[in-house]
Amino acid sequence: MTGHDGRTGIRTSKEDELRVVRQPLPRHDQSEKIAGSTRYAADFALAHMLHARLVRSPVPSAEITKRDATSALAVPGIVAVLFGDDVPHNVIRVDVPGQAVEVAALRASMEVLATDRVRFHGEPVALVVAESEDALAEACDLVEVDYAELPAVFEPGEALQDGAPAVHDHGNLLSEWNIDAGDIAAAFAHADVVVEGSYQTQAVDHAYLEPEAGVGWLDDEGVLNLRVATQVVEHYRDVARILGIPEARVRVIAPYVGGGFGGKEDMTVEPYLALAVWRTRRPVRMQWTRQESLLARPKRHRMWMRYRTAGRGDGTILGQDIEITADAGAYAYLSALVLLYASVHACGPYKTGAVRLRARCAYTNNPPTSAFRGFGGMQVVFGYESQMDLVARRLGMSPAQIRKQNALARGDVLPVGQPIETEVQLAATVDAVMSRAGARPSPSGSRKAIGRGIASNMQSYGRLTWLNDSAAAWVGFQLDGSLSVRCGVPDIGGGQASSLAQIASEVLAVPMEAITVHFGDSALTPLAGTTTATRQLLMSGNAVYEASMRLREQILGAVDAESGRPAGGLRLEPGRIAWQGGEVSLTDALATCRRVNVPIEALSTFFGPKGSPVVRQLRADRVFPDFTFGTHLCDLEVDLDTGQIALLRYIAAHDVGRAINPLSVAGQISGGAVQGLGMALLEEVVVEDGVNLTGGFFQYLIPTATDVPDIEVVVLESGEGMGPFGARGIGEPPIGPPAAAVASAIHDALGSRPTVLPITPERVLQCAGALTDELPA
Amino acid sequence: MTDDGSTAANGRTLAVHLTVNGRPITRVAGAHFTLLRWLRDAAGLTDPKYGCGEGICGSCAVLVDGVPVSSCLVLAAQVDGADVVTASGLCEPDGSLGSLQRAFHERHAAQCGFCTPGMLVAAAAMLAGGSTPSRAAIRSELHGNLCRCTGYGPIVDAIEAAMQADARQAGQTGQPADVAAEAP
Repeated sequence: MTGHDGRTGIRTSKEDELRVVRQPLPRHDQSEKIAGSTRYAADFALAHMLHARLVRSPVPSAEITKRDATSALAVPGIVAVLFGDDVPHNVIRVDVPGQAVEVAALRASMEVLATDRVRFHGEPVALVVAESEDALAEACDLVEVDYAELPAVFEPGEALQDGAPAVHDHGNLLSEWNIDAGDIAAAFAHADVVVEGSYQTQAVDHAYLEPEAGVGWLDDEGVLNLRVATQVVEHYRDVARILGIPEARVRVIAPYVGGGFGGKEDMTVEPYLALAVWRTRRPVRMQWTRQESLLARPKRHRMWMRYRTAGRGDGTILGQDIEITADAGAYAYLSALVLLYASVHACGPYKTGAVRLRARCAYTNNPPTSAFRGFGGMQVVFGYESQMDLVARRLGMSPAQIRKQNALARGDVLPVGQPIETEVQLAATVDAVMSRAGARPSPSGSRKAIGRGIASNMQSYGRLTWLNDSAAAWVGFQLDGSLSVRCGVPDIGGGQASSLAQIASEVLAVPMEAITVHFGDSALTPLAGTTTATRQLLMSGNAVYEASMRLREQILGAVDAESGRPAGGLRLEPGRIAWQGGEVSLTDALATCRRVNVPIEALSTFFGPKGSPVVRQLRADRVFPDFTFGTHLCDLEVDLDTGQIALLRYIAAHDVGRAINPLSVAGQISGGAVQGLGMALLEEVVVEDGVNLTGGFFQYLIPTATDVPDIEVVVLESGEGMGPFGARGIGEPPIGPPAAAVASAIHDALGSRPTVLPITPERVLQCAGALTDELPA
Repeated sequence: MTDDGSTAANGRTLAVHLTVNGRPITRVAGAHFTLLRWLRDAAGLTDPKYGCGEGICGSCAVLVDGVPVSSCLVLAAQVDGADVVTASGLCEPDGSLGSLQRAFHERHAAQCGFCTPGMLVAAAAMLAGGSTPSRAAIRSELHGNLCRCTGYGPIVDAIEAAMQADARQAGQTGQPADVAAEAP
């Protein structure tokens, strides 16, 4: 086993040295989930528990003229009705970095419960607490709130024009990022080919199967406990600020979460549960309905992208001129950062000589938008991959060739200024999907057309470098040789906790079944940061790796010193420590450690790579720790009469650095690809004049088992990631390519390209319309 | 007072008797309680999940007299006296995973695991049919169960493996051979 190999951040080891890592082990959390005994947030109950629900605004933009709880309070079983004035500090702060104060920072906050003004359909206005769900339902309808509707704006382009209705007091521009790299005028002046395209992506819901939920209570020390479905236990700080109590008096516990995808990154039920418990001093449960989740939770940003791409006759990309406009909805949430991700990723995994990028994000009176798997880095894939195909077509090149030819390599510098420090296997992922795909399928009928498309992407893993990210983990032996790992990582279904056990098992030679991982508790497990940004394997993984290495050295050192002939060469093996000509059992070694005052535990904090804060004019030597690269291939058949798309084959290849658990890696890639295919073909949150019309799963169509083929996963392992054993993050990257791959395949089939998502049958027929007459009879 | 500890707002309660996972249970609850709410809030079985409340996602699926049902769409009172099986009822008597569940475990068919109880119930109904359908047919049977994590492939793998194991076992124990003969 080797540590850092001297290059930045990479700690890899040879495949044949690995015993547990790279093994496709069934995850330790699966047994309980499959037995049906895992207690998710809403499955938890306490005696004498109350129930809480929100009253939400029915209109997108209005002044609140009256709030009256008299009738609601008369319902038997009602305990409390809270308005904004009842909240100790009625504000949720949002950080908008890199923007001048006068642009955004002053407006980037929202009320926990709206007092004078609502800005979107579904905004919380009152919190009702009752003895039973039934009393709650009755009382919520009786909370009287009067609204005087105000002018509103629903399209970000309009919101940015002079005289547009102001969503917030000082204008509607939330954030703006610019990149100017190289000589863009020269790039276009010397171009042999210039292609232009406009692309539009829709609002999408995370649609995790578990709606937002949690239970709160005061414990025997008077500490406010919140056991909630969340990706971020560190929200205890936000809750403490709202209540005006010390941070140490709030504890957030994340049980296994029923899917997150970014939608449980911002607070959901936390502040409301906290207020209800604080007010009543009793346990309270809050569970949002699916309808409520679809109505009011932040969505993926709608984006309008305009690309002009300059290319040389040999296929070299000379320059990209890009404008992005995004819909932030009514409140800031993480929109500024999402737009930053879009900006940094906007040219894709390609050497790009010159870049001019202008990206803006505007407030509207639509439902807010925030984090969603891919985080702005995925919408732009639809833009840049469409452009790559258009350039290739103009030059008569294959889609594979133009991607391989322009692929980034170690040492290249991104337009934002960050050098690529790890090996890029983009070309290998292109070759992998092409060779696996083989011959093209044949159409099933005369009015059917076959298309094949590929799309590549890059997606950062790890948080923005100036956020000073860190993760801590504690690893300790028990006296019987079993091992405890404590790490505050929330496990949202990606195997976050199980991977930590696998890393510790590798380093400490403890069998997986002898390891227990305690996770997701802001008070009792070392804080490990958010399960977002594809960061946990990099951050918590390295923290567990370092703590395990330290613990190993401690124990081997103590045994070596006690042996009477300190010589080194000790090996930690399952159940024992061995050396040339001798061995001692692990339990005896642990007893030795205790006798000579050597700890049998270790705490380690891993710090992410650092970078300087960015400003609106983006120029930074490091924005993200590193990136993951991949390529997807889609074979599909278009029905020329109905516009229906049948997905025939789908292949997804990513370089994951090192697959800690190949089953979890394949699961992330397969699930991410299907979630991306849903966005490509089916999903859209429809909001009309600010009214969210998407009222349930009968309207919001996520892929069923019949909508998608088996995802054929190809895993490449360069050993070049910055995570433990050379792993790269793989949570977000697979959702990037699908929409572009499908659009490319349709272009291939029909000769015309869809540019608006989702690619509905109507939009397919629009593409087919240009070609129908030319088709052979 | 009802068995979920609440007082129904309209005061109407009634006793419902069900056999759940082989165990007879009688609970007094609101007359308007769905089967899902009855199981979770009155009987304390939390493996059927609330996912959408409108019969689309299948997270709440249970077997009612052997038939998979979205328990959010039926009232408990409507199925009074029925035999109900939830995902936890697929475990062996000693609490260990049953054969279908083991197939899910081995094939990595659960990620976040929230859809898994409903998926298992749908799969159990398929297995009870005794045939070994194609992957496409398995996918078709799963159209009423949504999963947002796996991309479905591992779930189909698990069901296929469980069916093939069942068919092999049926062949070995001298059961009618027609099911085994269909296995690839």
